[in-house]
Amino acid sequence: MNDLVNIWVYLASSPLLWLTVTLLVYGFGHWCMQKSGNNPAVNPVAIAAILIILLLQGSGTSYQTYFEGAQFVHFMLGPAIIALAVPLVRNLPKVRASLIPMIAALFVGASTAVISAVLTAVWLGATPAVTLSMAPKSVTTPIAMGISERIGGLPSLTAAMVVGTGVLGAIIVTPLLNLLRIRDWRARGFAVGTVSHGVGVARAFQVHEVAGVFAAMALCLNALITPIVVPVIVGLLKGMIG
Amino acid sequence: MLKAITTLLVFQLAGEILAQFAGLPLPGPVLGMALLMLALLGFGRTPDWLNETADVLLRHFSLLFVPASVGLMQYLSRIEAEWLPIVVTLIVSTVISIAASALTFVAVAKLVGAAPRDDERKAAP
Repeated sequence: MNDLVNIWVYLASSPLLWLTVTLLVYGFGHWCMQKSGNNPAVNPVAIAAILIILLLQGSGTSYQTYFEGAQFVHFMLGPAIIALAVPLVRNLPKVRASLIPMIAALFVGASTAVISAVLTAVWLGATPAVTLSMAPKSVTTPIAMGISERIGGLPSLTAAMVVGTGVLGAIIVTPLLNLLRIRDWRARGFAVGTVSHGVGVARAFQVHEVAGVFAAMALCLNALITPIVVPVIVGLLKGMIG
Repeated sequence: MLKAITTLLVFQLAGEILAQFAGLPLPGPVLGMALLMLALLGFGRTPDWLNETADVLLRHFSLLFVPASVGLMQYLSRIEAEWLPIVVTLIVSTVISIAASALTFVAVAKLVGAAPRDDERKAAP
């Protein structure tokens, strides 16, 4: 028993344990998704995050300790975003041919995301701090946190809302757009990239390269316009937010 | 593989430096991606060694969001206090804005004569 405790104490203090757990649990989530016949509800990020949170809480491990191991996976986000340039260049003629629909979908999607979030939150009686924290939830995390701070939200709560929107969008997008009979991969990808940022882009690449490329375009363009759109809309709806 | 990873890191670094010193309102990686795009366009094509690594990274792109998603656990108590408006708002807003964005794309594409080509359409169920 004492030996087991010693092994645990040793492992818990090294990054190896939680790095390995992250990969194993994600692998399990991915396996579940494949077994389900790529059912969108079986989302590997959601499965992995829920299982790891349960493991951490069950073992009394803090997020900081977990992140010491998981940071190696997290770090790869940077190079992966740079790598998006490769499929973008490969598909540039497609992107160029769809410039006008992209810009229209960007403005409609980005402003709908903010307006619908603020109105629903106010209607349901959320406190002003929560409402403001939810306004920038469709843009990539560092930008969303910056906007949240500027408009009087709670940046850390915004980070959580960004994650929620990402995972939710990745789960919802396939059944929703099937229901609306939208078969255009460009539109499907662009919509999920606009609303669900990186997690949406990841989902889109799992499904189809064209969807992935348009989702990546949406992620980048949204990073440009959401910092402008959010303060304007929040300013217009100020009286309602209270 | 090593060549490709090094290339990606060099462009990320260049993007971070540009973001810091030019004061642009974009994250370093997004600027790095734009720089790599320009470089590849100048080069005229995407080399095979870069294609391979980029495809592997992007195939497992979801994995890279797991650590940040686990970060949700830090805010559980804050979310608990107002969980109903938060959860309903997330669902309503995500559904409405994905639908609005996709419908706009399709409508405008039709309007300007940029209908999807065959390889841009999902096969009928």
